[in-house]
Amino acid sequence: MALVPRSLAFDLTRAEVLATGNVVPDPARCVQCGICSYNCPLGLDVRAYAWRDEPIADAHCLTCGQCVARCPRGALRFAPTAAQKRGGC
Amino acid sequence: MTARYVIVGAGVAGIAAAERLRALAPAASIMVITDDPAGFYSRPGLAYFLSDLIPEDQLFPRSPAELRALGLTWITERAVGLDPHAHHLTLADGRTLTYDKLLLATGATAAPPDFPGGDLDGVVTLDSLEDARQIVRRARRGTPAVVVGGGITALELAEGLHARGCHVHYLLRGDRYWANVLDAEESQLVEGHLRALGIHIHHHTRILQALGERGRVASVETATGERIACQLLAVAIGTRPRLELARSGGLATERGILADEYLETSAADVLAAGDVAQVYDEATGRATLDTLWATARAHGAAAAMTMTGTPTAYRRSVAQNVTLLAGIPTTIIGAMGGSGDDTDLVAIARGDSERWRTALPDWVVVEQHTVNRVRLMLNERALVGAIVMGDQRLAYPLQRLIAARADITPIHAALLADGAPVVQLVADYFSAWERTYAKQP
Repeated sequence: MALVPRSLAFDLTRAEVLATGNVVPDPARCVQCGICSYNCPLGLDVRAYAWRDEPIADAHCLTCGQCVARCPRGALRFAPTAAQKRGGC
Repeated sequence: MTARYVIVGAGVAGIAAAERLRALAPAASIMVITDDPAGFYSRPGLAYFLSDLIPEDQLFPRSPAELRALGLTWITERAVGLDPHAHHLTLADGRTLTYDKLLLATGATAAPPDFPGGDLDGVVTLDSLEDARQIVRRARRGTPAVVVGGGITALELAEGLHARGCHVHYLLRGDRYWANVLDAEESQLVEGHLRALGIHIHHHTRILQALGERGRVASVETATGERIACQLLAVAIGTRPRLELARSGGLATERGILADEYLETSAADVLAAGDVAQVYDEATGRATLDTLWATARAHGAAAAMTMTGTPTAYRRSVAQNVTLLAGIPTTIIGAMGGSGDDTDLVAIARGDSERWRTALPDWVVVEQHTVNRVRLMLNERALVGAIVMGDQRLAYPLQRLIAARADITPIHAALLADGAPVVQLVADYFSAWERTYAKQP
């Protein structure tokens, strides 16, 4: 899938994500194709998190957005985690 | 004595069941029988392998070590006979296995070509990893290829063969792509994308026969007498549940193996899950085939609960299919009424003129999409279906509202008004609905 140029809004919001958010999967949309893991520059197994319905909580995650952008089924998004929503971090 | 669980099929239904069984019954014997030597892989992912987005080894969600850790007995063989009274399963190599509980997760297979010449070398379907490998081997740069079929798999084949350098002709029987689900504008978006890639679309075109030279496909002849040369003919005209094993045991079948909401079939101690299972849905009073990955996974998990003595009903959620349609992330939820049999439904479509970026209060980052479009199907008081193309933020609210058959009477008239801000109306209504009704038990 070709990527389209990012908007300024994308980069600004991404800065907020870097500080406070995670990549969060929606298992109902995921078909375990592995495009996410394949494109993770750090080799994190994003797909395994999606199977377990867990946010990508690995401290190494750069929230670079490669997995979010390349997932063909829109199964990944940046979002505040439950703890962050409660103001817990 | 330890329980003996046998699962036929190593797709997502079978593996989800095996994982759950192991969690529930650490000491039990769990046997997985599959006739696919490749084992467990992402079948939907085959399209992305074909398009060269991922290498083949990426298709396997479980490493051999992870599968070993589940302590399964894995047998690569075809199961050919079932005797539910004796609790016996017969394999093609003559072995007979005894089970306490049996799960049939045999899946579905691509419908064979429905025209003469379908058995020629070079006529392919996209069913298994081996199929995908064969297509990749044959699809050389400049190879003329014909794709026939009106659904998602046919589209994936056309795009995949194009990505591999083939010169692709895509044959459609009707006047536009996937007319029983998409509306004219949505079909146009897909076809426009394919044309931009250089794929030739032939409407109103039916294959009369495939013609060969020395046993290899060389062209197709259409009903109008036109001949289109090809060295590859990819056929995706539907799927059929694999029922042979169930029928050998006398199980009740219709289009699939009939199962109640606990995934139990007409035979004692035999359950069915995944694409092969036609499962009773209490909400509609009908038994339904879904052929969706998420459904298969949920079937497998629920079946494992029932097999271990905690009967657990599979509750069918509203059907949701997420796919990449011509490069556009697309979610299809519930009834779309495209076939014209739901004449009471009203359709509302909104495109890029809406203010998508501010529609929802929670912050989410997505890539900019070239197309943003939502179409809603309404009856007099509820949303019954939706298609979301491009920006996917509205997909989750719509899925919840449709699944819950939420009463949208308060915004019904506003939605139908000329130029109504549909996206904003739905987003706002969902926020309010979630705060009030959805949290209640």
